Amino acid sequence: MVNLGIKIHELDLKNPVLTASGTCGFGSEIADFIDLSTLGGIVVKGTTLKPREGNPYPRMAETPSGMLNAVGLQNKGVDNFIANIYPQIKDIDTQIIVNANGSIIDDYIMLAERLNELDKIPAIELNISCPNVKEGGMAFGISSQSAEAVVKAVRKVYHKTLIVKLSPNVTSISDIAKAVEAQGADAVSLINTLLGMAVNSETRRPVLSTITGGLSGPAIKPVALRMVWQVYNAVKVPVIGMGGIMSASDALEFMIAGASAVEIGTALFVDPTIPTQIINGISLYMERHNIQSVNEIIGSLQC
Amino acid sequence: MKKTANDFLLLENKQLNNNSFRLLLQSSDPISDIYPGQFINVRIKDSSEVFLRRPFSILDVDYTNNTISLLVKILGRGSKKLTEASVNQNINAIFPLGKSFTLPAKSDRILLIGGGSGVAPMLFLAKICGLPPENISVLIGARSASDHIDVSDYSSFGRFFFTTEDGSLGEKGFVTNHTVFTDQLDCYTKVYTCGPNPMMKAIGKAAMAKNIFCEVSLENMMACGFGACLCCVEDTKEGHKCVCSDGPVFNVNDLKW
Repeated sequence: MVNLGIKIHELDLKNPVLTASGTCGFGSEIADFIDLSTLGGIVVKGTTLKPREGNPYPRMAETPSGMLNAVGLQNKGVDNFIANIYPQIKDIDTQIIVNANGSIIDDYIMLAERLNELDKIPAIELNISCPNVKEGGMAFGISSQSAEAVVKAVRKVYHKTLIVKLSPNVTSISDIAKAVEAQGADAVSLINTLLGMAVNSETRRPVLSTITGGLSGPAIKPVALRMVWQVYNAVKVPVIGMGGIMSASDALEFMIAGASAVEIGTALFVDPTIPTQIINGISLYMERHNIQSVNEIIGSLQC
Repeated sequence: MKKTANDFLLLENKQLNNNSFRLLLQSSDPISDIYPGQFINVRIKDSSEVFLRRPFSILDVDYTNNTISLLVKILGRGSKKLTEASVNQNINAIFPLGKSFTLPAKSDRILLIGGGSGVAPMLFLAKICGLPPENISVLIGARSASDHIDVSDYSSFGRFFFTTEDGSLGEKGFVTNHTVFTDQLDCYTKVYTCGPNPMMKAIGKAAMAKNIFCEVSLENMMACGFGACLCCVEDTKEGHKCVCSDGPVFNVNDLKW
């Protein structure tokens, strides 16, 4: 029997496979297809202090081996999360992580304070990388100074595992990772979506209401893999890898490149049963390679 | 109702007109109850260009043989690839998705208006709604006679009316120009429609003006089909609603039309 357990700071995961924020709602959306308790964790939909309606339709464009989205953090706000959603998901036997977003630093602070009070939320994923909001979001994640400022402020009020989700839309993601590590981030997760665009040549109009959107899916996997490897070599805190993972071998590639855990995102839209297949596939790989603990895989890239 | 991702066997792939096909899919497991307006999200395999599933409304269900019939109109890469599938091929699909039309009461007289692939849920509703055929009218519009599909299998379920833009079948014009719609709308207690948005908007506005119950089925572009991605939203009077999980069927009064 192989050991799939992994620790991200103080967060014990039964296996290294989590679902990515914005791709499984609050878990119940995919509960018909998989047993949520088999997951390493669920990163729930991006949550903000106040409710957000998100961007106008159309918000999605299919691309070769992927998709663009411009949802824009549609959510009912943290009060609704605490009152109506948290009670329903808190007893699922997996780690529930809230993806936390803000327009200004005070939003992040107030949100983190609220989430810090929830016993069954052992970690937050601080999203400083959403490309689809006009204010805040990615703006915090594309310079070391602003990334430092938001992480420093949140660190003061948030006392559990603080994961910071990084944007790939930067010159050096390693520099940003080092900056947030220095301010007390317990882990980093990467990558958020790559800024992209789609045009309808017949109408000469953008496909998305926001003109630009975030690219995800297998199309971005090589970029994500490169960035995970670079960040793994730049920081000491654990790295959670994501970007186009569709199979166990994709997940293993990220772990070999340095990821302690992986998040499955866009793949869920194509096949919501994929996390189960990936968890089983990692076990089979470990048996085949005579690996006892999944920790042995992390950063095992032979250059 | 539990949603499942199933492998179906393609039993039949029949071309119905110049760009529409009927696919007959068989499940190895019993099929849970499916109601008109609900849809199925089909995985299109072996295509580098088609990444996401494609949603299709359901034309018919046979619970004895565990089969689902789909009406597939070629609209783009995904639907084209699906219509090229060969018999005995496996097709993975997630179903049943979305909310169905409100079934009529015994006293209702209903008008079903379909355009394009939107004909499918109208025929399905006519077949299973349980009203006598004299209380069901089905109005179907298309560009030309060759764009209509043969609905003779359904003729016993109601009275059928047709329009074509070129006058080659039925009355000339749009469905909203047909006398059933222009002169007799007051005879109906419920109007259901599925088809292109401009058509549904015109129908919805006319029904609202006469205070007649009207449900429309939207087909906004979606990624997941089960309420996770929030891509297919419609701006309703209660804010953004997911067409895939809050719809696809909406009462026209709830929309900002």
